[in-house]
Amino acid sequence: MIDRRKFLKKAIWFIPAAGLFRHFVKEGHAKPATEGYDPANHLYGMGIDIDKCIGCGRCVEACKTENNVPKEPFFTRTWVERYTIKKDNSVEVENIESRNGKVGDRSTESDVLRSFFVPKLCNQCEHPPCVQVCPVGATFSTEDGVVLVDSKRCIGCRYCIQACPYGARYLHPETRTADKCTFCYHRIVKGLLPACVEVCPTQARIFGDLKSMASRLVRFKRTKRIHVLKAHLNTEPKVYYGNLDGEVR
Amino acid sequence: MLEKIPEQIKRLAVVIAIIIAAVIAIRFVILPSSLVDRQFHRRSTVEREVAKNIAFAGATVCGTCHVDQMAKKSKGYHKNVSCETCHGAAQTHIENPANKPPAPRGREFCVLCHAYDPSRPTGFPQINPVVHNPLKPCMTCHSPHDPVPPEAPRECSACHAQIANIKSASPHALIGCTTCHTAPAQHKINPRRVAPTKPETREFCAKCHGKEAKQKDAPKIDFSSHGERFLCWECHYPHLPERTATKR
Repeated sequence: MIDRRKFLKKAIWFIPAAGLFRHFVKEGHAKPATEGYDPANHLYGMGIDIDKCIGCGRCVEACKTENNVPKEPFFTRTWVERYTIKKDNSVEVENIESRNGKVGDRSTESDVLRSFFVPKLCNQCEHPPCVQVCPVGATFSTEDGVVLVDSKRCIGCRYCIQACPYGARYLHPETRTADKCTFCYHRIVKGLLPACVEVCPTQARIFGDLKSMASRLVRFKRTKRIHVLKAHLNTEPKVYYGNLDGEVR
Repeated sequence: MLEKIPEQIKRLAVVIAIIIAAVIAIRFVILPSSLVDRQFHRRSTVEREVAKNIAFAGATVCGTCHVDQMAKKSKGYHKNVSCETCHGAAQTHIENPANKPPAPRGREFCVLCHAYDPSRPTGFPQINPVVHNPLKPCMTCHSPHDPVPPEAPRECSACHAQIANIKSASPHALIGCTTCHTAPAQHKINPRRVAPTKPETREFCAKCHGKEAKQKDAPKIDFSSHGERFLCWECHYPHLPERTATKR
């Protein structure tokens, strides 16, 4: 049984111990994530050239390999949609699955006005709705413009999945936490391209740094007519579509 | 008023006040701000994210060992296709060359990109895998690192199949594409950048359809009175010229 005098003596020691603990935590805080990389000098974005996408699904496949996304078509960080616009102005959207390789034959349908592929992924919004709704602050924007999820803080409540206007998030079936495209953050900080950009055979995806005037993305933005998805929501996406049809939502 | 409060309540109030003060002091003075601050969690998330394994090595690394294949590929149509697009993620191969990345050799892989699909952009080389040399692996004719077709397409219909089909049923069926269009040699290599010419004057059509033209079977019209304000193609589609033009 502890008496009052002993308790007070021990409590006095607690205060300097906490100060020391505080000092150590600060030390850990100051360490940079990657040597020679300053996120303040970068702002990443992606361009998508609709005229070049052939809908082969290599990007989806590569993304799943690089980021340990489950192979089932339901779970995707990036995916490709086929838009088919009929003569009566109705629009059909279907998801191209990564591996099946077979593509529906639409050449026999005489009522098709035009048809094209639209690759989609997280738009890494400047004002991300998913970050606003997270009740535990597990998702956030980094200084270099990528929205990340802290899988150790995420409680898997799916609010962000609901909030994303682009449907870019999913619940990872193994970790039971929200998962999304990170522009392959572990690759880009080391100077590599995101996996989907790396494997795209037609250069339909253009990755670059918006803060560097020499980047391919800045040139792409200058030379193409650029659209972003759901611009009216004021999320300010950083995925820019070149020559996009007005029907794409 | 104050005297009416019992002594034990006063003492309890002092104890509660001390507890509240202690909690506030611990939360804002003693606890390090980084424990409460989200910045700390965010930094650890970024560190975890950066530490993830890389699967795709990148397009430039392969050339350091596979010099010949890289040299061959850099001249062909596949020059902008990354090695790992076909061979798959190869970081493990770089760490240990015994881990051979796969090389697709059958017909199943090439058609992922090259099977005909009307949603694909025009000009992208596509085949119908059912009728295009069935059962033959693509590699027997096309080297994947430099996929020149055994013969460069001579016929315009190889790419412009839709126009060729329409024209084949029209009175212009026997007129070659080059009668009206001049295609520079570069058009076959850079179809979008180098476009063939199109006749844009009334005089060009008049060479066959004018009153003085020598062509016997071509319908003759008087160019001085017939639709003088319009160019011919504004009413008559040259690949399927009807006898009577669409009335305006």
